[in-house]
Amino acid sequence: MKLAYWMYAGPAHIGTLRIASSFKNVHAIMHAPLGDDYFNVMRSMLERKRDFTAVTASVVDRHVLARGSQEKVVNNINRKDKEERPDLVILTPTCTSSILQEDLQNFVNRASIETNADVLLADVNHYRVNEMQAADRTLEQIIQFYLNKAQKNNQLKTSKTLKPSVNIIGSFNLAFHNQHDIAELKRLMSDLKITINSIIPEGASVQELKDLPQAWFNLVPYREVGLLSAQYLQKEFNMPFVDITPMGVVETANCIRQIQYILQSNSLNVNFESYIDIQTRFVSQSAWFSRSIDCQNLTGKKAVVFGDSTHSAAMTKILTKEMGINVIWAGTYCKYDRAWFEREVGDLCNEIVITDDHNLIGDLIAKVEPAVIFGTQMERHVAKRLNIPCGVISAPVHIQNFPLSYRPFFGYEGANQIADLIYNSFTLGMEDHLLEIFGGHDTKEVLSIGLSYDSEITWNIESQAELQKIPGFVRGKIKRNTEKFAQQKNLNLITLEVMYAAKEAA
Amino acid sequence: MDNIKSAVKEEMEEKLNFNCETGNYHTFCPISCVAWLYQKIQDSFFLVIGTKTCGYFLQNALGVMIFAEPRYAMAELEEGDISAQLSDFEELKRLCLQIKRDRNPSVIFWIGTCTTEIIKMDLEGIAPKLEAEIKLPIVVARANGLDYAFTQGEDTVLAALAQRSNQIAITAKDDVGAKVFNQSLSSDHPPLILFGSIPDSVVNQLVFELNKQGVSVSGWLPSKRYSELPIINEGNFVCGVNPYLSRTATTLMRRKKCKLIGAPFPIGPDGTRAWIEKICKVLNIEPQGLDERENEIWKNLQDYINLIENKSVFFMGDNLLEISLARFLIKAGMVVFEIGIPYMDKRYQGAELQLLQQTCKEKKIPIPIIIEKPDNYNQVDRIREIRPDLVITGMAHANPLEARGINTKWSVEFTFAQIHGFTNAIEVLELVTRPLRRNQNLEKLGSQHYTDLR
Repeated sequence: MKLAYWMYAGPAHIGTLRIASSFKNVHAIMHAPLGDDYFNVMRSMLERKRDFTAVTASVVDRHVLARGSQEKVVNNINRKDKEERPDLVILTPTCTSSILQEDLQNFVNRASIETNADVLLADVNHYRVNEMQAADRTLEQIIQFYLNKAQKNNQLKTSKTLKPSVNIIGSFNLAFHNQHDIAELKRLMSDLKITINSIIPEGASVQELKDLPQAWFNLVPYREVGLLSAQYLQKEFNMPFVDITPMGVVETANCIRQIQYILQSNSLNVNFESYIDIQTRFVSQSAWFSRSIDCQNLTGKKAVVFGDSTHSAAMTKILTKEMGINVIWAGTYCKYDRAWFEREVGDLCNEIVITDDHNLIGDLIAKVEPAVIFGTQMERHVAKRLNIPCGVISAPVHIQNFPLSYRPFFGYEGANQIADLIYNSFTLGMEDHLLEIFGGHDTKEVLSIGLSYDSEITWNIESQAELQKIPGFVRGKIKRNTEKFAQQKNLNLITLEVMYAAKEAA
Repeated sequence: MDNIKSAVKEEMEEKLNFNCETGNYHTFCPISCVAWLYQKIQDSFFLVIGTKTCGYFLQNALGVMIFAEPRYAMAELEEGDISAQLSDFEELKRLCLQIKRDRNPSVIFWIGTCTTEIIKMDLEGIAPKLEAEIKLPIVVARANGLDYAFTQGEDTVLAALAQRSNQIAITAKDDVGAKVFNQSLSSDHPPLILFGSIPDSVVNQLVFELNKQGVSVSGWLPSKRYSELPIINEGNFVCGVNPYLSRTATTLMRRKKCKLIGAPFPIGPDGTRAWIEKICKVLNIEPQGLDERENEIWKNLQDYINLIENKSVFFMGDNLLEISLARFLIKAGMVVFEIGIPYMDKRYQGAELQLLQQTCKEKKIPIPIIIEKPDNYNQVDRIREIRPDLVITGMAHANPLEARGINTKWSVEFTFAQIHGFTNAIEVLELVTRPLRRNQNLEKLGSQHYTDLR
């Protein structure tokens, strides 16, 4: 047992549901107790989705516990097949159902005899993998299934497109600034005159998966989700892939060069160097910004970085290589990805921290007292407590990290956004500091004469205590209203009863 | 409960239309009760014994509360716990000692989950042994999603607390909350204990209302502190303030030999009045001035009532407050199409159901259908067909319905807002009218449809 009240990565089934609900016309059925469909709330709230989330539960209740699911799961799959006519139904086990050890594969086999939809059982172990690993695996599983199916039906097209083309693997819901990142990648590909063969899974239909091998190569921008699929496609169809995250101008250039290399190996004569140069110097502002005098003041400032491996590594590279900031430690909660993370940023920071314990991270922040923190929502709150500025760079995130305006982290526009984020965090910190030295904006004592100042009204102990419970920003108003009420009624002692009566009369 | 005669019950069942669907609906997991209970019981610590799934739910559902060093935590089960390679006793002892050291609570609540049910972890068996060893009371409640929905979590906790009530040494009652009870008139009626967790100010408000009638309240379950749990003796009267407390009521009757006052719940001015009247009646007191009190409140609500009059509402059902809220809204002039509810205890809610029936008759509208264990998919079909003016529903459906031009109110807000008593009737209508008021302001925005999907 582990004592915890916060976790960086969710349980496995969340990963599966994120992939399933990203595809168009795929329905996920969770084998879960009542209340486990909280995923629907998150998708509907955080992403403000307009459609109903295609996830339902086959509820595990006391009866299921006693007698097994029997026909229930099969009936639920058949029902959804009729109601929604999905292309694919994914039966998703949860932590509860996985210890029941029911033969879910058998249910899937039986249900698929009658359904028009394909039916799959998500292949994830709840006690071994987390949200990201499960998402990665589920995506691979679906791709594998549809490519095998196409092969069997002789529908597989392996001939490459005439013009260079790419599959972007890694657009999915509830991911950090994902929608904007994908838009930025589309723009980048169009600049490089590379057609997009497929973007999966968000908004994609499972029917188009059979066309994946027609692309010249795959682009996997996030390490957490898509890598297994790219590796599978490489093994089966000899498709090369690029897994350099195009975050920051240096890494975006590296990513483009890797693409150039792949296109050249397909005997296409391309050279993107001048594109990279022009974008870096003139289109993006961030390289010039790093040179500017403003940024000089950031030299050697202490920062710490924490997040998923993709964003934490990329941010560390930007801070050190593009801004000259001193990253004291960089870390990730993707413990299974330790080797890669160490290889990427080992030389760029003094120390590497691999943990999913938020208390440890809080302590480490308090210990080094950085000038700025780049992390998740949890680090933002640690920062608040310690009065250190913080920029949020990675999931887990809140609703404010699903902005309406265009906020990519990828490509050249992304580099601008990140430069702003970094710079704004620092200036705010400096401002705060200066204010403290010079004693705040306004040192005059604020005098306030309340209504009670010249009245005879007194508050008894209970009502005073009650008043203290009212949130600060409305307390004054409640106090005034209550006193006004008491005056009207010719009362000069305010008791709890008077307070409540005043509220009713308001 | 005894005073609901079976004849009345039969008549009621004839007229009220109950239905039961598939139970495929969205609700919060009952472990969410820790969110309000840890705030209510100030010297408590809640330990939820479950998996990452439970933790993820709490972390996301409770939002910012998580960051405020809450007095709750997960005992996250790992593979070794599931396969019984680790000793439950030793593991729980280790965690509870850590909690005792770091937070020094007066009580630890163990919240059992689906997983502890399935692996049959003997929490009730382990607790007394560990309690003796670490010298800290441990109360076990099985608030799991296999058996319960959302607010019923509180019911399991209060039922467990009720059994504990007389085992605690009474400590000095020096704070404001205790004073409220001390101020109660020395009464000539048998002790009355109220149950249901509501914010302290609402406790005070309801106690005052009863005091006005000469009814004194001897205690409240739960109290502000574990150490202030009320003494509950055989023959005491008990009365609930929330509609989802059937297990607690049963425990108080069967285990504590108390007499339950079956009353409508004090939600809305009509409910509050009926609640007080029923208590008075049982205690042989003639209530005074309730008529004026109720009318005065209704008068203050007039602006809101103008907004909702003759508008229709549809409860999808997820927190068991539905019957009381529907009854209040009907009285306030709304038309209710459907009352979805996770679980319907016709005995415990008997008086409330009767008041609903009576209210419909008085307002000359048909009695809404009550759907137990609803099926959200079917409900959405019905909503499409009848297009109610307002749907009270969970967050999973709110945005999709809004995108289809249907006004919604998030049902969970009714659980967290102060809605009890005369004073807070306005809060309920504030919530109910918010989408309607908002939409008046947005009229210039254009079409109300934001999706082409069904």
